Amino acid sequence: MNLDFSDDQKFLQDEARKFFDKEGGLSRTRKVMDESLSHDEVLWGKVLELGWTGIRIPEEYDGLGLGHLELCVIAEEIGRALAPIPFSSSVYLFTEAIIKFGSDEVKKNILPKLVTGEVVGTYAVAEDMEAITESTLSCAVEGDYVNGVKIAVPDAELATHAVVLVKGAKGPELRLVDLNSDGVEISLQKNLDKSRAFYKVNFNHAQSSLLGDQGSGWESHVHIMDQAAVLFAFEQVGGSQQALDMAKEYAMERYAFGRQIGSYQAIKHKLADMYVAVTLAKSNCYYGAWALSSESSELPLAAATSRVSATKAFQLCAKENIQTHGGNGFTWEYDCHLFYKRSKVLSLNLGSEASWKEKLVSAIEKTNTLN
Amino acid sequence: MDFNDTPDQAKFRAKCKEWLDSNAQLKDTSKRANVESNLEELIAKAKVWQKKKYDAGWAMLHWPKEYGGINATPIERIIWGQEESKYDVPGSIFEIGLGMCGPVMMQYASEEQKERFLPPMAEGKEIWCQLFSEPSAGSDVAGLRSKAVKDGDEWIINGQKVWTSGAHYSDFGILVVRHDPDLEKHKGLTFFFVDMKSPGITVKPIKQITGTAGSGAGFNEVYFDDVRIPDSQRLGEIGDGWKVAITTLMNERLAVGDAKGADVNEALSLAKDKDDFGQLMIKNQAVRDKLADWFCEANGLKYTKFRTMSALSKGEAPGPEASITKIVSANKLQAIGNFGIDSGDMAGMLIDEEDGMSSFQAAWLGAPGLRIAGGTDEILKNIIAERVLGLPQDPRADKGLPFKDIPSGK
Repeated sequence: MNLDFSDDQKFLQDEARKFFDKEGGLSRTRKVMDESLSHDEVLWGKVLELGWTGIRIPEEYDGLGLGHLELCVIAEEIGRALAPIPFSSSVYLFTEAIIKFGSDEVKKNILPKLVTGEVVGTYAVAEDMEAITESTLSCAVEGDYVNGVKIAVPDAELATHAVVLVKGAKGPELRLVDLNSDGVEISLQKNLDKSRAFYKVNFNHAQSSLLGDQGSGWESHVHIMDQAAVLFAFEQVGGSQQALDMAKEYAMERYAFGRQIGSYQAIKHKLADMYVAVTLAKSNCYYGAWALSSESSELPLAAATSRVSATKAFQLCAKENIQTHGGNGFTWEYDCHLFYKRSKVLSLNLGSEASWKEKLVSAIEKTNTLN
Repeated sequence: MDFNDTPDQAKFRAKCKEWLDSNAQLKDTSKRANVESNLEELIAKAKVWQKKKYDAGWAMLHWPKEYGGINATPIERIIWGQEESKYDVPGSIFEIGLGMCGPVMMQYASEEQKERFLPPMAEGKEIWCQLFSEPSAGSDVAGLRSKAVKDGDEWIINGQKVWTSGAHYSDFGILVVRHDPDLEKHKGLTFFFVDMKSPGITVKPIKQITGTAGSGAGFNEVYFDDVRIPDSQRLGEIGDGWKVAITTLMNERLAVGDAKGADVNEALSLAKDKDDFGQLMIKNQAVRDKLADWFCEANGLKYTKFRTMSALSKGEAPGPEASITKIVSANKLQAIGNFGIDSGDMAGMLIDEEDGMSSFQAAWLGAPGLRIAGGTDEILKNIIAERVLGLPQDPRADKGLPFKDIPSGK
């Protein structure tokens, strides 16, 4: 039994934590919010220097050639630091799609540039205020040209390329689009978390190339979502843990009625509930990490379980962290709201909690016995 | 990251399997486990099985070699437990003895006593119980009031213990009592072991919420009426009772307390088979939402256990993560029981004439006890908050007071 990360992976995680601390932690997140930036350019530059965008990229394409587990530990630290960088869009979604479904030529052209940052990718799914399905997909491809509108696309302004889920002649397809090409129009959309940027992308006869096979685009898309669900769940666990730590520290320092508020059971039990939620989420994420890194057929179930569990944990910890801080938690000055807002964005970016619960139950209702 | 045994663990597991295969039958999972067999029969069967294990060296794996164990690592104990549980063998009535009483005897009893008491305990000839809780000392167990008064070379014990599992069939017990109510709460306690057949001991099974005394290791009240215990049966110094009790409780740490009974599997099967509102329950979004939550909890506990085992497997001390197990599983059991009962709508309250209570009804009725036994939800949350997260203790109204001056209500 070895449901744990290796010493090397733990070392990498430790280095990542120190790196974000040294770079100023949440002050980076605040700066992006306060100055209405799309991301922190300096931090992003340093992450590129560290080679983290190439963790999963094979060495023949100038990457580090490491596995998903290394990505999981980095994700947890990004989550803890609420890092305002386009890492998730470019790495968990775009890069993974290219590695999995790109032709040799596409890989040769794109992967080395993802390592250097010349190429930054994103992934475009949503079209409307509801969960997208195979039959509601409206953005379409004809010939090689994409027409339609995608919304809530992360980091699209900085991104040079996007993988776009579209309706094709034989069903959904994944399409690779150069965002600098003609017929692509990008506009910022306001969102609840100003430390991350989302955009509306208008495709008007924009040139594209097919990723993977025609007709199996929906399965490909679902697979990319499942993989990303595990990675985002690690971000959520990192964020939950940090929110819990913040609440704990405050409960030790703040006095009311002549004693530390952390000595009241009302606060203790609140924090214990947060600890329970984080622990369940973390253990489910380890299961997700195992399924992801071993390419297990259990990935859909493991991903949904990680996702639902981590979404619940982060939302609970973020809101109860505010509550523990009392009035201070409602101010701009205290950092509580950064976690609250990030927890909401992370709970939606791959589809809502309800949609992942639906995936979870769909997976277990097919089996006769659960382990 | 994998779920495999190390080569050593695989070898140990194979050894367990080999012995179990030739000494027991695999469980027939298609049959409902029979819990109705009578107590004498149950004890007799358990003793035979324990003796068999003892003769082959499987009875008390974790004990040191000098006391007949094999110094098994925690992971080996878990592996043995996993394998043994696949076979149709009697439930253990020796766990309290082997897990808690044995280790405390090893640490505090005289050589002569160890020689006399440890082998029969291991062999299953003599059964032990633990006499800690009292009617007015539950969560606050150090607030116990049973009295010990020194009389020459003996102590005279008066008082009442409660929630003592297996006291009705135990031969000996470990006991913590108050020798001096003028001292502070934790300082006035002293620890003994006692012959349960001593004159003055009365054991009364507790009629539980189910209306019965429960099956197998049911709970009891134990009354002490001028019971004489020789001073030679004192474990630890006079006044060290709390310290000894804590050692005992530390030995209990590996018992993770996963609530047994109707689980998410059973809820899922029900939902796939049964109609409600004119359609299969599984098609109902409210049902699906609950199933997802329970699955996340069950799965989270399962992998939390695996994380603990992974640490043990590497010879590391496990983290505090196992502390969540009972809170989550007992509450989940209660919710699933409730769900199963409610699925019968108006008739959900009815008990089947032939089959008796459904597993959901049994879960619903049993779960309140699980949320209390071995640390209430509230105490466990305090423990997580104070020992895992490091929050300060509550101010205590009994601090520094002689025990007799501590305010007490009912």
